[in-house]
Amino acid sequence: MHTLLKFITCGSVDDGKSTLIGHMLYDAKLLFADQKEALKLDSKLGSADGGIDYSLLLDGLTAEREQGITIDVAYRYFTTDARSFIVADTPGHEEYTRNMAVGASFADLAVILADASKGVLTQTRRHTRICALMGIRHFVFAVNKMDLVDFSHERFKKLQKEIRILMAEFPYDSVELIPVSATFGDNITRCSSHMPWYHGMPLLAYLENIDTGTQNAGTGFTMPVQRVCRPDQNFRGFQGQIESGSVSVGDTVTVLPSKESANVRSILQGSLPVKTSSEGHAVTLQLDREIDVSRGCVLTKDSQLFVNQLLTVSLLWMDNSRLAAGKSYFIKTGTQKVSCTVLRIHYKTDVVSGQEVPASVIYTNEIACCDIMAGTDLVFDTFEQNKALGSFILIDRVSHMTSACGTITRSLRQDSHLTWQNMDITRSFRENQLGQKARTIWFTGLSGSGKSTLANELEKYLAGLNKHTMLLDGDNIRMGLNRDLGFSEPDRIENIRRVAEVAKLFNDAGLIVLTSFISPFAADRRRAKEIIGEGFFEVYVSTPLEECMRRDVKGLYAGARSGKIEDFTGLGSPYEIPEHADLTIDTTGKTIHECVQTIIQKLNL
Amino acid sequence: MNHLDKLEAEAIYIMREVAAECEKPVMLYSIGKDSSVMLHLALKAFYPEKPPFPFLHVNTTWKFKEMISFRDKTTAKYKIQMLEYINEDGLKQGINPFDHGSAYTDIMKTQALKQALDKYGFTAAFGGGRRDEEKSRAKERIFSFRNPNHAWDPKHQRPEMWKLYNTEINKGESIRVFPISNWTESDIWQYIKRENIEIVPLYFAAERPVVERNGNLILVDDERMRLLPGEKPVMKKVRFRTLGCYPLSGGIESDASTIDAVIEETLSAVSSERTSRMIDSDGGTASMEKRKREGYF
Repeated sequence: MHTLLKFITCGSVDDGKSTLIGHMLYDAKLLFADQKEALKLDSKLGSADGGIDYSLLLDGLTAEREQGITIDVAYRYFTTDARSFIVADTPGHEEYTRNMAVGASFADLAVILADASKGVLTQTRRHTRICALMGIRHFVFAVNKMDLVDFSHERFKKLQKEIRILMAEFPYDSVELIPVSATFGDNITRCSSHMPWYHGMPLLAYLENIDTGTQNAGTGFTMPVQRVCRPDQNFRGFQGQIESGSVSVGDTVTVLPSKESANVRSILQGSLPVKTSSEGHAVTLQLDREIDVSRGCVLTKDSQLFVNQLLTVSLLWMDNSRLAAGKSYFIKTGTQKVSCTVLRIHYKTDVVSGQEVPASVIYTNEIACCDIMAGTDLVFDTFEQNKALGSFILIDRVSHMTSACGTITRSLRQDSHLTWQNMDITRSFRENQLGQKARTIWFTGLSGSGKSTLANELEKYLAGLNKHTMLLDGDNIRMGLNRDLGFSEPDRIENIRRVAEVAKLFNDAGLIVLTSFISPFAADRRRAKEIIGEGFFEVYVSTPLEECMRRDVKGLYAGARSGKIEDFTGLGSPYEIPEHADLTIDTTGKTIHECVQTIIQKLNL
Repeated sequence: MNHLDKLEAEAIYIMREVAAECEKPVMLYSIGKDSSVMLHLALKAFYPEKPPFPFLHVNTTWKFKEMISFRDKTTAKYKIQMLEYINEDGLKQGINPFDHGSAYTDIMKTQALKQALDKYGFTAAFGGGRRDEEKSRAKERIFSFRNPNHAWDPKHQRPEMWKLYNTEINKGESIRVFPISNWTESDIWQYIKRENIEIVPLYFAAERPVVERNGNLILVDDERMRLLPGEKPVMKKVRFRTLGCYPLSGGIESDASTIDAVIEETLSAVSSERTSRMIDSDGGTASMEKRKREGYF
């Protein structure tokens, strides 16, 4: 039975990746006749000269055909007399780097195309780096378009030098360079007569013969538990795939993170009972003792895994929204999925030069080194030791996008908590954590103008948007924090000052604050603005006095007119209309919903 | 491990992930050979437990008779939960493959599938799709995300890294899962042989009454088959490479009546699998992608 080689083709746009694979399948007679017919037909429709465009074999999406580019990774399957192959053909455009990384995570070997006439390009470097990040350790550089440089040996040697310099940066097990012409088929399946100076194998023969072996350096037994199988009272088995090493009936295994031990009573490989099983197999293990094991636990033997909350990682950022320290995600590694926070971005790696660049924000397609703190202890290893327990993805908690993928480079020791303590947990850190900008929305206006109703409705609306808020209401504050204050002028000033300070504290905690106070004096409001700072947003609820008096929800206007309440704003005491409010809103004749929408639009959260 | 062992382990891993992480999974069962392999894998993946999800057959009412009897026999044999869904509205309107062309496929297959998934509220549905079947399939992820209208957006697929599958969805959204994405037709046949998996006898050559139409051999499976003027059923030794609705499935002339003979023929085949299923060529090169965008499996 055949062995399987999974490989990826990558390289810059127009380096001829799809053409190379198309030609390989065509030459090796691995295409079905109707695919060949369709190919010829498609070529006639698409190109002026009617020649065969091999890339049409692979570019399968309408958008790709329309634009003549590869957007997403395509998988092709072929079998020769020597081997079965799965090839992931990946896009060259920088915009679709994450799709290229999908292909790389799947492959054991990378065929990287370089244009002989252009040499090693930015995109060649980018792709090589991403292949290395995703764990590929076998590389073949197909130096393509040799026909355009007259099959020059000198030219090939120049590229050889460039590639050797490039590969010095990366860990690898094998690197091979093959001069080819994808369009004319030189050194694809047959040795080229145009390049007698090349003594190596043609590409296909090389792929048939290379041994990529195992990817794990660690040899101990590890099996992340996928699920617990409990068909009845008598059977309790743990199902998962063996990620490294082997296990036999009678072995003592340790469960992480609990560190409890038990002996293996039986092993099922699929539905077949076996005495021993090894890396790659899907198994069900029964233990001889009842111990606590659930999904996410890892069964181990003779292996040194980390059990820790803090880890350092290399990641590829794939989301269109940016990454900043403090943001919270789900992390999935092995079969564990828990919440986590990106604590700190150490630096980003320039994908072209490989240089480490200081950064506080990471954008799409950038590679960064970060510290992550998981919500609970994680069981993991470094990627070099164990591919399955050293790789991870981050999932956005709201959009559920796979925002990042990466590899674990080390476990931070417990005393590295110092890193955490030394860090300034700033307002912006907390804002990132909550996924919002802190603001204080300061409602001012006459009693009965609709401030509290509006603030309350707005807060409900924001809650619906998953925003974290706090509402400070005049009456409520006066019953608690400010119950020592009366209505004299100094007390009114102090009332507003305290409210502003509290709003600022909540803002520092990352919250959106809504305040509802008459705050009739311009000077008080100005002081509040000074205390609160840039997040201050003043909403003047300008409902006319007559309307407020008509409403008189609390019966206060009636009380003031009958003389029971002195110095009532609007009657005995003035209300100073804000001259520079961020928003003025008259609630007369409007629904609450309309008013809330007006504020939301203006707020631009 | 040889390459079949690897493919099997990958499929089992995927099925267990779905069972562990997804709220309400279902396995689509189309009765074809790929479904037989999927069922076999599911029985293995959870053994000694039964697959912890039901199976769903979307019946167009135009399936080969032998398919339906095979389905019922299989259900009884493995004691699995088999749901059948028929688009009753379409049935009442008399939608059929003779008069309604691609509308038939849309109403009795695509719409029916969507209705069935909505009716039961399934959040994840296993399908037996393979990437070697068709060009747009070759681009699809193993965990393929669908919006509340069941539509696929090929330009914004979630990245799928290593075997860290992202199963998170919001209410109304769902995931189609293809555990045998990486299998080829040849792998399927070799696995059927190795594991001794039962498949519908229509896959093996036998004398059957057929008519030739547009280069396809169509089985006259029941009295509903409409014959064109001059058409007359003739007995021919035929087998089917794919099974669906009998008026839309083209058979091939063949002597391959054993699994070995079928494998022999498949390995030397000169046309890829789906050309003999007529619905795919209806609408040009991009037709499958179009149907998938609209919610076809």
